[in-house]
Amino acid sequence: MILYDYVLSASCYKVRLMAALLDIPITLKAVNFHPEKQHKSPEMLRLNAAGTLPVLVDGDVILVQSADMLRHLVTPKNAGWLGDNPAQTEKWLDFASRLNASLGMARLHDVLMFDADIDQVRCDGVAQLRQLEEWLTEQRFDGMTFLTGAAPTIADIACFPNAALAEDGGVSLDPYPSIRLWMRAIRSLPGFIEMPGIHRLHELSPAPARPE
Amino acid sequence: MTAGIADHWYPVAMCSGISSPRDTRLLGQEITIGREGEQFWVRDVHGKTLPAIARYGHLWTSPGQPNRDLFSIPEAEAPGRRLVDCGAVRVKCSPLRAVENFLDIAHFPFVHTDILGAEPYTEVSRYEVQIREEVDEVWATKVKFFQPQAARSAAGGITTEYMYRVAAPTSAVLYKTCPPRPGEWDIITLFVQPLTEELCDVWPWMALYDDTSPLAELVSFQQMIFMQDRSILESQIPRKLPLDPGMEAPTQADLTSVAYRRWLKRIGFTYGAQVVAA
Ligand SMILES: [Fe+2]
Repeated sequence: MILYDYVLSASCYKVRLMAALLDIPITLKAVNFHPEKQHKSPEMLRLNAAGTLPVLVDGDVILVQSADMLRHLVTPKNAGWLGDNPAQTEKWLDFASRLNASLGMARLHDVLMFDADIDQVRCDGVAQLRQLEEWLTEQRFDGMTFLTGAAPTIADIACFPNAALAEDGGVSLDPYPSIRLWMRAIRSLPGFIEMPGIHRLHELSPAPARPE
Repeated sequence: MTAGIADHWYPVAMCSGISSPRDTRLLGQEITIGREGEQFWVRDVHGKTLPAIARYGHLWTSPGQPNRDLFSIPEAEAPGRRLVDCGAVRVKCSPLRAVENFLDIAHFPFVHTDILGAEPYTEVSRYEVQIREEVDEVWATKVKFFQPQAARSAAGGITTEYMYRVAAPTSAVLYKTCPPRPGEWDIITLFVQPLTEELCDVWPWMALYDDTSPLAELVSFQQMIFMQDRSILESQIPRKLPLDPGMEAPTQADLTSVAYRRWLKRIGFTYGAQVVAA
């Protein structure tokens, strides 16, 4: 399986993370998205006429939507990752694409100077984070750590990157304790990998000093 | 703006990225850049032509009257090197903070974990720092550090040797051990365009001996490293770089930073700096 990848892309990271959690080897092909716009090059457009990243190629199968890639990576052995309630999973996959259009765009604007209506996308992003916070809080009251239940699904992996990278786009995560706990749960999954701006959990802090 | 600030050279664009005229900002002022064939030009908000130099993949200008040529990196012009444009990353931080972070090796194991540094190899051994009066630059030499993956071309952990050079107030050059070619230095620069005192575009650029890595992977590696720094840069307090000693306690690892601040103060470079009135 070959993933046409950009190291700073939240959508590419969804696929890298899912493959890592499922322990599926994928070959990464770096695409010079910034500054070269290589995803719009003739070779890349032949692969994906929409000129977006990521692109996943598995034999004859070419996928250009990250949600499809997440589904594709799940095998019958790991079917739990699709969730028990397909409608719920779909709902959150859809939510993930809205996060990409709001927080994801705010980040591209702030970091890579993309054109965007920055106030509008940040405002949309904040509204979505509040919705996510509310849902995750309810889930916790019901003893559920993840979006659709007690175990993580592709919906969690789809929503996680753009939420976790919100601050890159100038949107604070401070007001959302449930989102932060949920992110911590994802970061502690076996096989978790990081990306720039999303750190692994590591206990580097020294023990608190005793008062003199 | 004082001459101590205006009379320096600043990067304002990547040459390969300039086609039609466009506006950008330098030291809080709007400027327009463009090209006429192979000639690049820069104008200020009044339409006045500012000096322009195309070098090291970037366009350089100055709002004042630079009393010397743009610094040179002779090694970068040696044949056989790959010159890698990395594009800009925008950071909400003081331009001086961006340079200072680039000079700091102690953060490698914590920020660039398992790439530029790893636990338990967190110790920074002794190195030498000088303000070289004759060239008016800051240099740190004999910096040695264990790195799990020092460069895209490094197969495993090696002890890397570094030299750091502050060649202009917002431009720094890093010379580092070149895995495929012992005896030569790879060159990685950080050219910082000060948009305001608390906002900058950072243009990393590289001149490497590496014939095998695909260009996109070299660029990705550099952008990954820099983005790991970005969130730290944006949360540093105070926002501006304090130039007076005593604000932050220096350690062995910070000697380069101390020299950088001392040098900025000596040359009167206070843009993006916090200066405590005497
Ligand atoms: Fe760094």
